Amino acid sequence: MSALLRVDGGSAITYAPIGDDDAVPENGAVLVSFARWERDRAQLDARKAPLAIQLPNTADIATIDPAVLKADLIVLQFPSFGDGRGYSQARLLRDARGYKGELRATGAAVVRDQLLGMVRCGIDSFELRADQSPESCMEALKDFSIAYQPPADDLPQIRSLRRRSMST
Amino acid sequence: MYRYDQYDQTLVDERVSQFRDQTERFLAGKLPEEEFRALRLRNGLYIQRFAPMLRISIPYGLLSSEQVHTLAHVARTYDKGYGHFTTRQNMQFNWPDLARVPDILADLAKVQMHAIQTSGNCIRNITSDHLAGVARDELVDPRPYCELTRQWATFHPEFNWLPRKFKIAFTASQSDRAAIRVHDIGIQIVRNEAGELGYTVYVGGGLGRTPIIGVKTADFVPELDLLSYLEAVLRVYNLLGRRDNIYKARIKILVKETGAEKFRQMVDEEWERIRHGELRLDGTEIERMRAHFTLPDYESLPAVDASYESKLREDSAFAAWARRNLHPHRQPGYAVVFVSLKANGIAPGDITAEQMDAVAQLADRYSFGEIRATHDQNLVLADVKLSDVFAVWQQLRSLNLATPNIGLLTDLICCPGLDFCSLANASSISVAQDIFDRFESLDDQHDIGPIKVKMSGCMNGCGHHTVGHIGILGVDKKGEEWYQVTLGGSAENDASLGDRTGPSFSREDIGDAVQRIIEVYLERRDSEDETFLGAYRRIGMAPFKARLYPATAAA
Repeated sequence: MSALLRVDGGSAITYAPIGDDDAVPENGAVLVSFARWERDRAQLDARKAPLAIQLPNTADIATIDPAVLKADLIVLQFPSFGDGRGYSQARLLRDARGYKGELRATGAAVVRDQLLGMVRCGIDSFELRADQSPESCMEALKDFSIAYQPPADDLPQIRSLRRRSMST
Repeated sequence: MYRYDQYDQTLVDERVSQFRDQTERFLAGKLPEEEFRALRLRNGLYIQRFAPMLRISIPYGLLSSEQVHTLAHVARTYDKGYGHFTTRQNMQFNWPDLARVPDILADLAKVQMHAIQTSGNCIRNITSDHLAGVARDELVDPRPYCELTRQWATFHPEFNWLPRKFKIAFTASQSDRAAIRVHDIGIQIVRNEAGELGYTVYVGGGLGRTPIIGVKTADFVPELDLLSYLEAVLRVYNLLGRRDNIYKARIKILVKETGAEKFRQMVDEEWERIRHGELRLDGTEIERMRAHFTLPDYESLPAVDASYESKLREDSAFAAWARRNLHPHRQPGYAVVFVSLKANGIAPGDITAEQMDAVAQLADRYSFGEIRATHDQNLVLADVKLSDVFAVWQQLRSLNLATPNIGLLTDLICCPGLDFCSLANASSISVAQDIFDRFESLDDQHDIGPIKVKMSGCMNGCGHHTVGHIGILGVDKKGEEWYQVTLGGSAENDASLGDRTGPSFSREDIGDAVQRIIEVYLERRDSEDETFLGAYRRIGMAPFKARLYPATAAA
């Protein structure tokens, strides 16, 4: 069973996955594919319960319908260890599109050794691969205490640390 | 040179701990082999034919004497007493024990070295001109920009799982010694008409299976926008680069399939969005970086040194070496000394621990404690007083590091080939040896003049064969080693890809083939001043083909 993990330590809501041809229940948090959302968005948006949309990792975030950004949760896919498209999608959702909601990673690459990079790109919740322990994954977030790049997360950025030390 | 501050050191130390933990989990069976593979590759660790191979990063080829002593220590303590300089200015060790790699990294971290991103599908070591800071034809020192880029690229969270490896090179001089047109991103530092510094950017060059010369994506990116422009290129690539076929995954294929114009437009759109954001450099950051690359404490000397001149007259062996292995220096009274790692009987680029220690001592005594690695697999002592050159030569000669062949035929570059590499189809070191034996006579070599022979043991092209004036590529034909030959490649300003001569040659015949190519050149050049490349471009392939394949020509 895959564990859900939130970076802030809070408990992640479980969204019931709805297949593209399944009926959407009246109540309860649901997770639908982007294709399903596009097809039935009127019905889905009218519901009062939380909505999660899972994007394919080929989705063009720069031009995606702004209505997607109103979802309670956006799920990005990391299907294999070497497929890093979701990292750029996450950056674009946060930085270019200003998405403030929960951003979750799912797939076979959601493992301890990739988690910190995901957090640094703005992902804040995880559906861990079944063999991963949440405790060990939280540990991995402490692997690095600083970073060279501007953050989408909370790591202190070396360039601004240096600027600060130069101006004092 | 650049020295770490507390932040750089913290990151490298934290990386050692992280990798130690990953290695321990793997050895304890808690990390699947396939996943450990991807993780260890990001730390330069391959599992090779006989043992792991560890590639150490040498940012833009620059080393302190202390770092070279540490490499010697690693060679002695963890390897078989030698190391190998690569065509990307890095160093490889071929025999470390997997379980001890974290200890090697800890030793390296003490002298501000690491193996971060020296392999894997991420941004690799930033390379540059090995004459940076001393070349006469240089606009500015490119190394501060290399270091800014190195830091931006190090552990960039978004670009750690790219479709394929990614290589960035800088040059700031008129003659390109960094082969920027055959890199994923090649950057030429330029000044615009208003006198401002900036970058001309080439994207999508590369060697390997599909060699391509990079296309220009920007004439002038302003100096402060370096990182935002790089980030825009990388983001477009990470999102759209092909992941269905490893052979089509490099950015060169994306540029080609998208079309240069459309690709440029996508990069520009993303760049416009982010260029005024946090990635924009400020002047103080560049100044801080420049302050790391100040000129050494040169003495004020006359341009001519009498003792040096008289040694040249007295000692013909010294004069022959000086003619090939010295390069003019910007500072009067100084010379750039090339340390040849191409001695007969030695695999190109190999160096023993004793030689490393001795070169480090020479650097301390005669060249401000710094050493550079070149992408032709030699070393450089960049700042030697003319009055010291003779003493340096004597010591290099006693170390077997003074073969007077820089830029000549036996200064060939070569990957480790079938002897070490698990990817290779064919041996390259033994062919290099064969060529060395045929052309060792210096008189012959001087007569042939400047020529770049480059050899790779497989299509991946680590030996850059496609941009060799003569390129040699090892191929596997039904389990036998064969060699394809190309002529007319170049990685310099006039970058071009070599043309295939025709059918490949067997292991026995490849040496003869090179010899015949040289014979045709010597017979057909219009004067002794016409280089091999110049002659090939003038007379074309036909005369070479006729000599290489007489039977076919007759038929």
